[in-house]
Amino acid sequence: MTTPARLTIVAATEWLSERARWHPLEFLFWIAAFAAIYLMPSRHLILTEIAWLGLFALSLDLILGYAGIISLGHAAFFGLGAYTAALLAKHEIINEPAAALLIAGVAAMALGFLTSFLVLRGSDLTRLMVTLGVALVLRELANRNGWLTGGADGLQGVTIKPLLGTFRFDMFGHTGYIYCLTVLFILFLLARRMVNSPFGLSLLSVKDNPLRASAIGISVDARLVAVYTVAAGYAGIAGALLAQTTAFASLEVFSFDRSADLLLVLIIGGAGYLYGGLIGAIVFKIMQDYLSALTPQYWPFWIGLVLVVIVLVGRDRITSWTAPIRLFAERLNWRALKRRPAASITEEHLS
Amino acid sequence: MLTILFDGIAYGMLLFVLASGLAVTLGLMNFVNLAHGAFAMAGGYITVILVNRLGLPFFASLPIAFLASALIGFVFERTLYVHVYRKSHLDQVLFTIGLVFMSVATVDYFLGSSQVFVQVPDTLQGQFSVSGVGIGRYRLLIIIVCGLLTIALQFVFANTRFGSRLRAAVDDSRVARGLGINVNRIFAVTFAFGSGLAGLGGALGAEILGLDPTFPLKFMIYFLIVVTVGGTSSITGPFFASLLLGISDVAGKYYVPTLGAFVIYTIMIIILIWRPQGLFSRASSR
Repeated sequence: MTTPARLTIVAATEWLSERARWHPLEFLFWIAAFAAIYLMPSRHLILTEIAWLGLFALSLDLILGYAGIISLGHAAFFGLGAYTAALLAKHEIINEPAAALLIAGVAAMALGFLTSFLVLRGSDLTRLMVTLGVALVLRELANRNGWLTGGADGLQGVTIKPLLGTFRFDMFGHTGYIYCLTVLFILFLLARRMVNSPFGLSLLSVKDNPLRASAIGISVDARLVAVYTVAAGYAGIAGALLAQTTAFASLEVFSFDRSADLLLVLIIGGAGYLYGGLIGAIVFKIMQDYLSALTPQYWPFWIGLVLVVIVLVGRDRITSWTAPIRLFAERLNWRALKRRPAASITEEHLS
Repeated sequence: MLTILFDGIAYGMLLFVLASGLAVTLGLMNFVNLAHGAFAMAGGYITVILVNRLGLPFFASLPIAFLASALIGFVFERTLYVHVYRKSHLDQVLFTIGLVFMSVATVDYFLGSSQVFVQVPDTLQGQFSVSGVGIGRYRLLIIIVCGLLTIALQFVFANTRFGSRLRAAVDDSRVARGLGINVNRIFAVTFAFGSGLAGLGGALGAEILGLDPTFPLKFMIYFLIVVTVGGTSSITGPFFASLLLGISDVAGKYYVPTLGAFVIYTIMIIILIWRPQGLFSRASSR
C-alpha cells in the first residue's frame, strides 16, 4: 500500500490527535477507580492487588501488544523490583517508600536494558526460552544468596516506613490502595502519552512488519530496546508495590506461574490497548477470589481451563464481548463524530 | 569421576527419550508445545499405579506406559491440538501452558501432591563396580533401553520410507505436501509416537528424576533446552544436546553444588544468543 497523496501532513496530525484524545469512557474508568477509595473501603486489600497487577499487565502489554515480543519471563523484572524495594526498606537504606519505588524501577530498567539485547535476535521460540531463562537465573540467584534474600523462606522482617513521612500502611490497605492507584495512574498517563506518540506508532509498525519498518527508516533494534527497558521498569515498580504493601518478598515473585498468570491477565482483557491489562486484572482477581474460595488447591486447573478455552474459541472472539460497549462508546464520543469525515478517510489509508 | 560421567550419560539418554518427541513436533509443525512434559508425567503415573497398586511386574508396565501415553497423545492431537496449529505462537504458548496447568491440578486432585516412587524390582537395585567405576544397575538399564531406542529411532529416521517422508516434511512441509505426502497423518503418527516415548521416559525416569504433579513444569525448560540447543533437523542434534545437558547437570550438581541449576540456564542463554538455530543445525530456511 502506498501512501496516498491526499494524506497531507494536516490530515495526519489530525488523525494522531484524534487517536490521543481522551474518550468519555476513560474518564469514567478513572473516576470509578478513584471513587472506590470512598465507596468500597472494605475491599481495599483486593483493590490494591488489582492495582499492582494491572500495572504489571500494562507493562507486559507494552512489549507484547505494542512491540510483539512474547515473554515467558516477565516476572524477572517484577521480582527484581520487589526484592529491591524490600531490601531497601529492611536495611533502612531508603526509608521513603516513594523514593524506594523509584530506585526499584530504575534497577529493573537497568536489567531490562541489559537483557533487551538478548531478545533482539532469534525467533519467538528463542525469545521465549531466553526470557524464561533470565527469570530462572534470577530466581536461582535469589535462592542461592540466602544471606541477602532470605532464600526459600523469603525476606522477612521488612517494615515499610510511612509514606511521605506521614501516611502509615495500615492492615486494611487504605493507604496501600491510594498509593498503588496513584502510581498506576501516573504511569498509565506516561504510557498513554508514549504509545500515542510517533514512537508508539513506530512500535506498532515494527510489530507488524520489522523488515518494512526498517525499510522506511525506523531503527527496529533501538525501538525494541527502548520499549523493553521501559516495560521492565514498569514491571519493577509493580513488584515494588507488591513488596511495599505486603512488607514481604519471596522467591515466588520470580516464579514461572507468575509470568504465565500475567499472560492470562493480559489475554482476558485483550492485548494492544492500554486498558486491556487493567480490565484483565480486575476480571482475573475477582475470578481468583471466587474460584480459590471454592477450591484453593486446584486454582491452577481453572487458570488452565480458561487459557485453553480462550485459545480454542479464538482470542478475537473472546474480546468481542466488548463490542457492544465499544459501539456505545463510539456513539458517546461526540467530539469524534463531528470530525468523522476527515478522520475516517485517513484512518482507512493508514490501517 | 567416571561414575559421574556414567550417571550423566544415563541422565542425558533419559532426557533424550523424553524430549525426542518434542523435537519432531517443534520441527515439523513449528508448533511450540510446552505441554510435552504432561505426557511424560502420564507415563510415569501409569507405571506407578500399575506397579505399586496393581502389582504388575515393572518390565511389563513399561510397554503399557508407552502405549497408554501414545494413545493419550493421539487423542489430544486429534481433538485439541489440531485446532491450534495454524494459530500464532502466542496462542500456542497460551494453549499449552493451559494444558500444563490443568494436568498438574488434575493429577494433584486424583493422586495427591506428594512425590511418588516406582517399586523397582530387586534385581535392578544396587551398584556393582567395574574396575573401580561404580555402576548403578538401574542406570545401566536406562542406558541400554534408551541406547537401543536411539539406534532404532535413527534407523527409522534415516533408512525407512516413513523416515524420509518425515524428514521431507520437516525440511519444507509445503513442498512435501505438493509431492503428495500426507503431512497431517505423518504428524499425527509422530505426535502419538513422541508422546509414547515421553511416557516411556517418564516411566523409566520416575525413579531418577522424581515424580510429582509439578513434573511438567519442572522439566519443561529441560526439554526445551534439548530441542532448541540440538536443533530440529536431525536426531543426532538433540541426542548430543541431551548428553551434554545430562553430563553437565550431574557434574555441575556434584562439583559446584552452590551454583545449582544456574550453570545450565546461563549456558543455554549463551548458546541461544550465539546460535539461535541450535548448536547442531544447518542454516534453516525458515
